[in-house]
Amino acid sequence: MTTTAENEAALEAAEKAGGGAAAGRFTRLRDFGVVLGVVAIVVALSLTTETFLTTGNLVNLLDQAAVVGLLACAATLVIISGAFDLSITAVLAVSAITAVVVTGGAGVAAGMAAAVLVGGVLGAINGLVVVTVKVHSFIATLALSIMYRGLAVILTAGAIVYPPEDVATAFQALSWPTVLGGITAASLLFLLVAAVCWIVLARTTFGRRVYAIGGNEEAARLSGIRVGSIRVAVFAISGVCAALAGLILAARGGSAQASMATGMELTAIAAAVVGGTSVLGGEGAIWRGLIGVLLITLIGNGFNLLGWDTIYQQVVQGALILGAVSFDRLLRRSRA
Amino acid sequence: MRIDLEGFGKAYGGVPVLRDVSFSLRGGRVHGLLGENGAGKSTLLKAVCGAVAPDTGRVLLDGRPISIGSPRDALRHGFALISQELALVPALTVLDNVYLGRWRNRLGWRTRAADARAFAELAERTGFDLDPGALVRDLPLAAQQQVEILRALASGAKVIGMDEPTALLTKTETDRLLAVIRQLAAEGAAVVLISHFLEEVLSVCDDVTVLRDGRHVITGPAADQTPDSLVRHMVGRPLDVFFPDPAPVAEAAPVVLRARDVRRGAAVRGVSLDIRAGEIVGVAGLVGSGRSETLRAIFGADHRDGGEVELEGRPLPPGSPPASMRAGLAMVPESRKEQGLVLGRSVRENIALASLGSRQLAGFVRGGAEGRAAGAMLGDLDVRGSDLAGPVWTLSGGNQQKVLFGKWLLDRPKVLLVDEPTRGVDVAAKSQIHRLLVDLAADGMGVLMVSSEVEEVLGLAHRVLVMRHGRVVGEFARGEVTREQVLALAFADTPSPTAAPATPPEGRP
Ligand SMILES: Nc1ncnc2c1ncn2[C@@H]1O[C@H](COP(=O)(O)OP(=O)(O)OP(=O)(O)O)[C@@H](O)[C@H]1O
Ligand SMILES: [Mg+2]
Repeated sequence: MTTTAENEAALEAAEKAGGGAAAGRFTRLRDFGVVLGVVAIVVALSLTTETFLTTGNLVNLLDQAAVVGLLACAATLVIISGAFDLSITAVLAVSAITAVVVTGGAGVAAGMAAAVLVGGVLGAINGLVVVTVKVHSFIATLALSIMYRGLAVILTAGAIVYPPEDVATAFQALSWPTVLGGITAASLLFLLVAAVCWIVLARTTFGRRVYAIGGNEEAARLSGIRVGSIRVAVFAISGVCAALAGLILAARGGSAQASMATGMELTAIAAAVVGGTSVLGGEGAIWRGLIGVLLITLIGNGFNLLGWDTIYQQVVQGALILGAVSFDRLLRRSRA
Repeated sequence: MRIDLEGFGKAYGGVPVLRDVSFSLRGGRVHGLLGENGAGKSTLLKAVCGAVAPDTGRVLLDGRPISIGSPRDALRHGFALISQELALVPALTVLDNVYLGRWRNRLGWRTRAADARAFAELAERTGFDLDPGALVRDLPLAAQQQVEILRALASGAKVIGMDEPTALLTKTETDRLLAVIRQLAAEGAAVVLISHFLEEVLSVCDDVTVLRDGRHVITGPAADQTPDSLVRHMVGRPLDVFFPDPAPVAEAAPVVLRARDVRRGAAVRGVSLDIRAGEIVGVAGLVGSGRSETLRAIFGADHRDGGEVELEGRPLPPGSPPASMRAGLAMVPESRKEQGLVLGRSVRENIALASLGSRQLAGFVRGGAEGRAAGAMLGDLDVRGSDLAGPVWTLSGGNQQKVLFGKWLLDRPKVLLVDEPTRGVDVAAKSQIHRLLVDLAADGMGVLMVSSEVEEVLGLAHRVLVMRHGRVVGEFARGEVTREQVLALAFADTPSPTAAPATPPEGRP
């Protein structure tokens, strides 16, 4: 074995050897794809409208991004671990309904806590089913999401549920603007959760294990990683993110119902993937999901500001997602 | 037939890995391609066969330039590549893989019988004994490789590149493959063979080319070269390659690993062994003798059906890698792609993966400590041409092997189980890994090593175990046994490749 001094030298040499430059260039090139798209839209909207670059609109934009953003954090995390969670919006609905129901009996704080707890538990159940039954997470969470929606219908008897009159205002606290330049509490919650997920993925040993499981489950297992526990934890976090998104939606509407946010799980997955998180697992980052969310939100915002007919919005949204992914693909191919 | 490779160049992110490489191949000849890990051998072969796009370079077939832009183009011109990492569809049958994408059909309906007839012909020609209906994922590696070769032949390939085909094979399998390679050449094909086994190259090749740092060093008849001269061309200086003698095990050295009657399915049928601190125990045997499965069962990678394993007197649970690792056991697995590395992640993350717990603070990775530890390990193992941040898949095969090794040494295990420690590693690096194993043992680590290279087992181990059909059938002290005796024992009931008589096994029945 060599001495420490030699090791340091070797390390430095290895770092200077240029491989770093090579790897660096790939990542930079790759990141350009969607970032460029987002920048282009921002520039276009700034030039063509007078309202885009106003505080009011930007605050609004962030608020609009909050729900999809939270769901995209969940989707990114799960996809990196090599799985899919199609149940997030069903979990969202059950959590939001729980919030309303419990608020009726025990107050707003208890209602919110209960919602988060339910989200975590349902998420953990997803994880346990995926780990023990060993069916593909895509199918498992699809089946579970149908059950959760059903549960939501049972809880609400198919109706819209409202918190009691006296606490209705408090229940909507998340949709209020805060002292921070009028940014809504929902936006702050979203930013906080995104930051936490980001740090967890990028800086903790848990994050490392998540990437390893997604990249090569067998290698991870043989490296002493408890694959099952990590998976359950990832799904539980996903459930908590969904529950928080549910709280925001319920706060905005002042109510909850079984069909909340139907289909939005696909938007969240699209956001994650558009940002450059690989559906194969083991690759990606929270910030990529955030870029994807920004892209999708900007499209809606742009339609609004430009006064375009929103019947075209979905077509454009889909086309842009496809465009962004193809462009990304093109840039990636050039590294081989 | 004459194939000229002209001016091949390739750079990754500004770092050249091939620089203006030119030489010629001929039909009817076997051409050896040699060089250290990372010299650019695989890259060159891939560029010629359309699997990577070179920056410069063209191929002339009998003097006429041909354009190869994809593996499909290459196949059309009769160029086939059997790459270092096999590329089969595991869930399909042997037959389906051999004719993958080119299934015979009538009006779009597949005519399986016609494929089957063609397959039988091919199998006859090569002498490969493969069941066309078997699923590829159920086959041992050597057989999978035969499937790849048949696929190349089925496509009518006249130029066949083989990237380290013998790295995974035992001696007999290797001999059989080399015979097939000679036969392919006799039928007029040009075969390019990449290998780190110099004797093998010299015995089977007509010509050799050596690359160093992406540059062409020499091309010439194999008859003009010796192992020493080849090493000199590869490394750029003379190099002594020999097995370092392991330090003697102290009389009082305690038994660190004790395994009793370990069982796992049909592969491991009651293996008992002891490893003392500082001792290297080598395991020889054929592929399928249960060598790797024994390591896996001891480590707990596969749940043991029965038997006990104790590390320093403490029993290990029957199927928990984390528990085994906490007790001080480590296992370098057989296959780096499937079991060893997370190819898409960085070198640094891979090296750190098995010991994340040792460099953390409240769940956070201590980045500085990790960078230093990983960098030092790369230095120790002499992994060149890579940095910590680059993904592992961009490393050459040999360097990937070193990273895999390094990952298990960071936490200083008490007992190291290694499966094929030097698979795909060049001569210089191989002797470094040998040196490393001997040093680790001298420091008191117990080592249990499985290798298909009998020389490696005999050269490094204090004690040699021979396995057959999931049992230990022979145990010898260092120097007490010859290569022929080991092989005879390993083969005992299969036709022996050597005439040497088997000595009755001593030790356990
Ligand atoms: N896609 C890639 N991106 C970046 N660098 C690469 C890529 N592919 C190969 N390299 C680098 O090119 C060099 C040559 O690699 P190559 O695989 O050709 O080596 P080799 O001679 O086959 O070595 P080995 O004997 O270890 O298989 C190595 O330094 C490797 O890290
Ligand atoms: Mg190679």
